[in-house]
Amino acid sequence: MKRPAPRLITSSPPHLLMPLAALALVLLYDALTIPGFFHVEMRDGHLFGSLVDILNRGAPVLLLALGMTLVLSTGGVDLSVGAVMAITGAMAAGLIARPEGFVLAGLDLHGSAPAIVAVSLVAGLAAGLFNGALVAFADVQPIVATLILMVAGRGVAQLLTAGQIITFEHPGFQFLGSGFVAGLPFPVTVAVAMFLVTAALSRGTALGLFVEAVGDNPTASRFAGVNARMVKLLVYGFCGLCAGIAGLIGTADIKAADANNAGLYMELDAILAAAIGGTSLSGGRFYLSGTLVGALLLQTLTTTILTKGVPPVLTLVVKAAVVVAVCLLQSPKFRSVAGRRFRREAT
Amino acid sequence: MRGIRRAFPGVVALDGVDFTLRSGEVHALMGENGAGKSTLVKVLTGVHPRDAGEVRLNGSLIHPASPQDAQALGISTVYQEVNLIPGLSVAENIMLGRLPRRWGRIDWGAVNRRAEVAMGRLGLDLDVTQPVGSCSIAIQQMTAIARALDVQAKALILDEPTSSLDAQEAQNLFSVIRKLRDEGLGIVFITHFLGQVYDIADRITVLRNGKLVGEYETASLPRLELVARMMGRDPDEVAALESARPADAAKAEERKPFLSVRGLGRRGSIRPFDLDVAQGEVVGLAGLLGSGRTEAARLLFGADRAETGSVTAGGRSGAPGSCREAIAWGLGFCPEDRKAEGIVPNLSVRENIALALQARRGVLRRLSRKQQTEIADRYIRELNIVTPDAETPIRSLSGGNQQKALLARWLAADPRLLILDEPTRGIDVGAKFEVAKAIEELRAAGMAILFISSELEEVVRSCGRVAVLRDREKIGELAGPDVSAQGIMATIAGSQPKGSTEAEVRL
Repeated sequence: MKRPAPRLITSSPPHLLMPLAALALVLLYDALTIPGFFHVEMRDGHLFGSLVDILNRGAPVLLLALGMTLVLSTGGVDLSVGAVMAITGAMAAGLIARPEGFVLAGLDLHGSAPAIVAVSLVAGLAAGLFNGALVAFADVQPIVATLILMVAGRGVAQLLTAGQIITFEHPGFQFLGSGFVAGLPFPVTVAVAMFLVTAALSRGTALGLFVEAVGDNPTASRFAGVNARMVKLLVYGFCGLCAGIAGLIGTADIKAADANNAGLYMELDAILAAAIGGTSLSGGRFYLSGTLVGALLLQTLTTTILTKGVPPVLTLVVKAAVVVAVCLLQSPKFRSVAGRRFRREAT
Repeated sequence: MRGIRRAFPGVVALDGVDFTLRSGEVHALMGENGAGKSTLVKVLTGVHPRDAGEVRLNGSLIHPASPQDAQALGISTVYQEVNLIPGLSVAENIMLGRLPRRWGRIDWGAVNRRAEVAMGRLGLDLDVTQPVGSCSIAIQQMTAIARALDVQAKALILDEPTSSLDAQEAQNLFSVIRKLRDEGLGIVFITHFLGQVYDIADRITVLRNGKLVGEYETASLPRLELVARMMGRDPDEVAALESARPADAAKAEERKPFLSVRGLGRRGSIRPFDLDVAQGEVVGLAGLLGSGRTEAARLLFGADRAETGSVTAGGRSGAPGSCREAIAWGLGFCPEDRKAEGIVPNLSVRENIALALQARRGVLRRLSRKQQTEIADRYIRELNIVTPDAETPIRSLSGGNQQKALLARWLAADPRLLILDEPTRGIDVGAKFEVAKAIEELRAAGMAILFISSELEEVVRSCGRVAVLRDREKIGELAGPDVSAQGIMATIAGSQPKGSTEAEVRL
């Protein structure tokens, strides 16, 4: 209050330190061992290179992780985001290709990409609100409530596509997955925009304060008059919307909707990204900037592993090892114990 | 038990406490919440190791390391919350952990026979194969006692066994207790209900703040004196205590009533009660801890849903269905358990102070960072909250400063009636004084205040009127010159507020 200017500098958030350091380490490793990793070139007015690829591939995880961060902050979790990706993907593909047996075959949007996107996102939002209603109004434990849609969501997606993999050609819609804006892949633009929207939504209104209060101490928040049910409904709805956008990007990218495999296990990456970024899985403070770094770290790792040609069977194990290391370093308890041991051995 | 001491980080729960239980007696362990009763029991049963002192059983030193250990020595406990497995049968619950076996298999016939014998000893004849979950609370209680007795118990500890029983069930339990006592068992009986102590106990040991106050024969300890001992004062001194209070009670009729409660109640929480609070009036809720004060406040504030009765406040009436509704009516509530129900620990002092006002404004009309800081800084100054700055997480503040920040939260939200539940618990004298000063200023400014405190001086000093609770029931109301520590204690003890200091034993 008396010294606002120094505060901004000195309070360089500690939660960002570890993930940033990890990201720097991985990038350093890449720079030393992969020739041309940092090479970015302009081709036909589009940027290409490993770094651009990381941003592009990381966009869906970041989108999921944004919604997930808010959900985790309320003390909940949303396991259904991968399945919701499948639902919106199937929805969009169905609306474009309108195959035999598609549930909404009667709905003719005349191939309008905005209308297809809008209708599909409504499905994502509805899925999120369904989760939110179960958690907020039926008091179902979040992990159980969203497990329902995690399993059933893929069923819904299969119903939408009548069990087929729907492929399509629609240049307008495909732009969502493979277009470029100002040289950057369009998914990156979308992810950045959603990052800003999430920040504005949570910090520009009182939602962020309520979310953190509800997650940190539900009883105290209730006694202070916070409408925890509304807060949770909103947050799960928003998480569904984010998952919907990620699902559309994924579908547009591969020009097909695969109800079984779209977004498979992506919920875990989203939770990891948020956790790496410093948001506690038990609720409370959330850090969108941390989530951003977390998502980038995960994708950088994946890209590194793929580029290094680590045998595919080892990929997940290597990724897990790095994630465990970062999570341990985030834990204050581990740091204090490890620090003590380290000092003892040093003396 | 001699010279028992047990410290937890930051607090000495028991300090040099002696306790003697003879066989064939019912010994009541009395004291307010936090007096150390439960800790004493836990030391005795090996849940907590003791830091100092000795425990002797039949003359020989014992060191129970776990409840199982204590049970093997003959000390059995029935805890406040009945620890039974609802899905298993009565017999299984009684025999759990020592099911008789034959040929390596469980001998169910023997299980049920022995369970029937155990229940029969308590004067109960029932189907022991039915699941415990389907039985009444009283039967569940009996099952827990039967389990405790099935091992060869010499001492039986009953922690609040009657808190969820009705009067008839409690009487049945007492006849069982008397039977066991006559069989030579030593029984430790912990309860908040004074009446029951005089019904059943032979001797009484009183604890206060982890220290032994004394051991008394029930017959030679009048009720008023017991209450005084539990509250930590000398009854003679209390009788001599002069009530030097502002004579503002006379103006009571001129005040505009704000809150009016009629027949508000909830089963198992508090019996229906009436209460009125006017603007610019401080009304106290007095009674021993556990007498239903907090429960009354929770019903008023919509934290628990009332089953009967109605509240009229700010021109609206009904029973508040949620805290939000109560807040919309103009109520505010500083809860007793600051840590669990008050502070949002990891958020800053600024955010904690702004929370209730922001909740009232809704999600869209956000208080800007600047506005929040202004509000927080103002109250930090006015209430003298000691904190490095408004951005410090509230959990790192001392208890008194957390309490002042919570008070600030409500002052910022500007309620018309503020319920303060034990606002001075566990805070130092300076902070207490500041809280008391703030209450008086708010009253003078026209706020209605419902003040709950265990410290009688505070109640007497601050309140124009006092409602007295006992055993989850409002038993009286004192106003004007009758508001005195002695008057309150006499009311709790069950005698008339004026005149006799000798309490009546029966209600």
